[in-house]
Amino acid sequence: MPEQTAEAAIDVRNTSKIYGRDRETGVVALDQVSLAIRDNEFFTLLGPSGCGKTTLLRLIAGFEQPTEGEILLFGEHLEGLPPYKRPVNTVFQHYALFPHMTVAENISFGLEMLEKPAAEIKPVVDEVLGLVQMQDLAERKTDQLSGGQQQRVALARALAPRPKVLLLDEPLSALDFKLRKEMQVELKRLQHETGITFIFVTHDQEEALAMSDRVAVMRDGLILQVGDPNEIYDRPAKRFVADFIGDINILRARIQNRDGTRARVKLEAGYEGEAGLPTDSQDLGDEVSVAIRPEQLSFVGGAIEADLSGSIQHVSYFGSGFDYEILMPSGETLTLQLQNRGADQHDYAIGDEVHIAIGSNSMQILSD
Amino acid sequence: MAEMASARAHKGIDLKHQPGFSQIAWFCIVVLYAPIAVLVLFSFNQNRSVTVWTEFSFDWYVKAAQNEGIQHAAWISLEVAFVAMVVSTILATMAALVTTRTPPYRGLNLAVAAINQPLMVPEVVTAVATLIFFAIIKQATGVTGIGYLIAAHTAFCIPFAYMPIRARLEDMDLSLEQAAADLYAPPFKVFRRVTLPLLMPGIMAGAMLAFIVSLDDVIITLFVAGPGETTLPLYILGQIRRGVTPEINAVSTVFLGISVILVTLIFFFGTDKNKGKQ
Repeated sequence: MPEQTAEAAIDVRNTSKIYGRDRETGVVALDQVSLAIRDNEFFTLLGPSGCGKTTLLRLIAGFEQPTEGEILLFGEHLEGLPPYKRPVNTVFQHYALFPHMTVAENISFGLEMLEKPAAEIKPVVDEVLGLVQMQDLAERKTDQLSGGQQQRVALARALAPRPKVLLLDEPLSALDFKLRKEMQVELKRLQHETGITFIFVTHDQEEALAMSDRVAVMRDGLILQVGDPNEIYDRPAKRFVADFIGDINILRARIQNRDGTRARVKLEAGYEGEAGLPTDSQDLGDEVSVAIRPEQLSFVGGAIEADLSGSIQHVSYFGSGFDYEILMPSGETLTLQLQNRGADQHDYAIGDEVHIAIGSNSMQILSD
Repeated sequence: MAEMASARAHKGIDLKHQPGFSQIAWFCIVVLYAPIAVLVLFSFNQNRSVTVWTEFSFDWYVKAAQNEGIQHAAWISLEVAFVAMVVSTILATMAALVTTRTPPYRGLNLAVAAINQPLMVPEVVTAVATLIFFAIIKQATGVTGIGYLIAAHTAFCIPFAYMPIRARLEDMDLSLEQAAADLYAPPFKVFRRVTLPLLMPGIMAGAMLAFIVSLDDVIITLFVAGPGETTLPLYILGQIRRGVTPEINAVSTVFLGISVILVTLIFFFGTDKNKGKQ
């Protein structure tokens, strides 16, 4: 799976991190992970807390040493290099700005440590301050800044020494919703303008889909799937990935016959059709789970065009749309999502018998 | 749930509304501070008596300042306290760094216990042990002098300097030092540019605590001090055996003033806003 070219910005090879004495008694935070992150890529490590995403980031930064395996930065082995010798900078979750220094002193710190001459440092500090739109606050102490401003300073400080790779450890988690949305756009823009490879860690799937070129979904120290946001969302390989990212219906089905990457399945709820197969499908039996996104279902008028049918159990309204919970004869419930397009949609109410069509190419077989 | 908890907090924690609270509080304050107030008051008494007030004057302060015995004792006290403060604070800072900034190792708790030992062991035991130990060294080397007294003071000052420094280090966010390392600072520069400046309030508090503790030590000094090494507390003790004079009151009041100033400074250093945390 990983492209082992010299072009990879970060090449993680069979890397494990075990806290404790050994695999049996200790905690396996990262379990033989291999991953290649390309140059100039916005790459996201996504997963619930404890999945190993932060551990992987800390291994790349050099705060921890891998128990097994190796990590290469643009083809160079990082083994044994302390953090201060790695051309990689980190934006910390709680920013970790130096409270005894001004904004400008914080930003110039890395350049001073690299022993750049003062005449060279000043223009770089001005440039990155401009990049994060903080020129006016250069002489402030960091405790006089708001959360969003501290975030920008942390970014500027990490970008100033022009790292080969920028690591971001859930940097947006402490911001409120609106500011977070704003910073998502900002980060994406910064990555584009600087051309630096960003490795972003988050547990927020929306954030991951909105910002990333590629996403790795992690759980229990393993990488479950790597792909661009589309692939991850539309063709989740595993049940966990499907469940973790967005809302999804998971239905029982039986494989009728297989053909390369696709298979013909019969849902227990009645419908028979084509579904995508995951890459590790050879391990799958014939009894499988099939995933369908709620927004890929729609109501149809009559039983003839319908793929599925059932009765509405529950309707929830969330502003931009509605979720309908539908109980099917198979005993399974299905969620159908409709965009809010005006008053005409109030036709469907609890108790109604409804007919449902499944969008083409919207069924995906999951492995566990 | 939340309502219940807050209701309970209101009921249980507000001790001020328990019957007898203010009476007990006033009793404690009077017992603690009345003797000190009397001491300060009579240091300004013109009369020789420490029980009958006649007239306000600074006479006893002038007398004390001119007393060569007091001058000498004060000088010895300051010399010992200053050197003990500097040395013990440096050692305590190093000890605090090792016990908070290295990965846990076998014997770490033992090391912490050893550092804090002077707080646990009865002072008179330490005093006797130190006396015997120094006697052996003196006999073996023939070296005498005030160095022994300073060494003894340094030793028992270490835990007092160690406590605020360690507390400050534990309070400090580790990610600040990691951020510095991440920004290309090798370990020594991380210490000089980030750890040390942020630790400074703790170090100052520790140093002042060490200074005060050294300044008013009696027991160990009594055992260890050689001829001509009479510190101020020892001098006061010696004078009191011959009867209390307002001169002693005056010296004690100055002593009290110094302590109050230092404790106030410790308080301000300890509560500055750059806690190293956000």
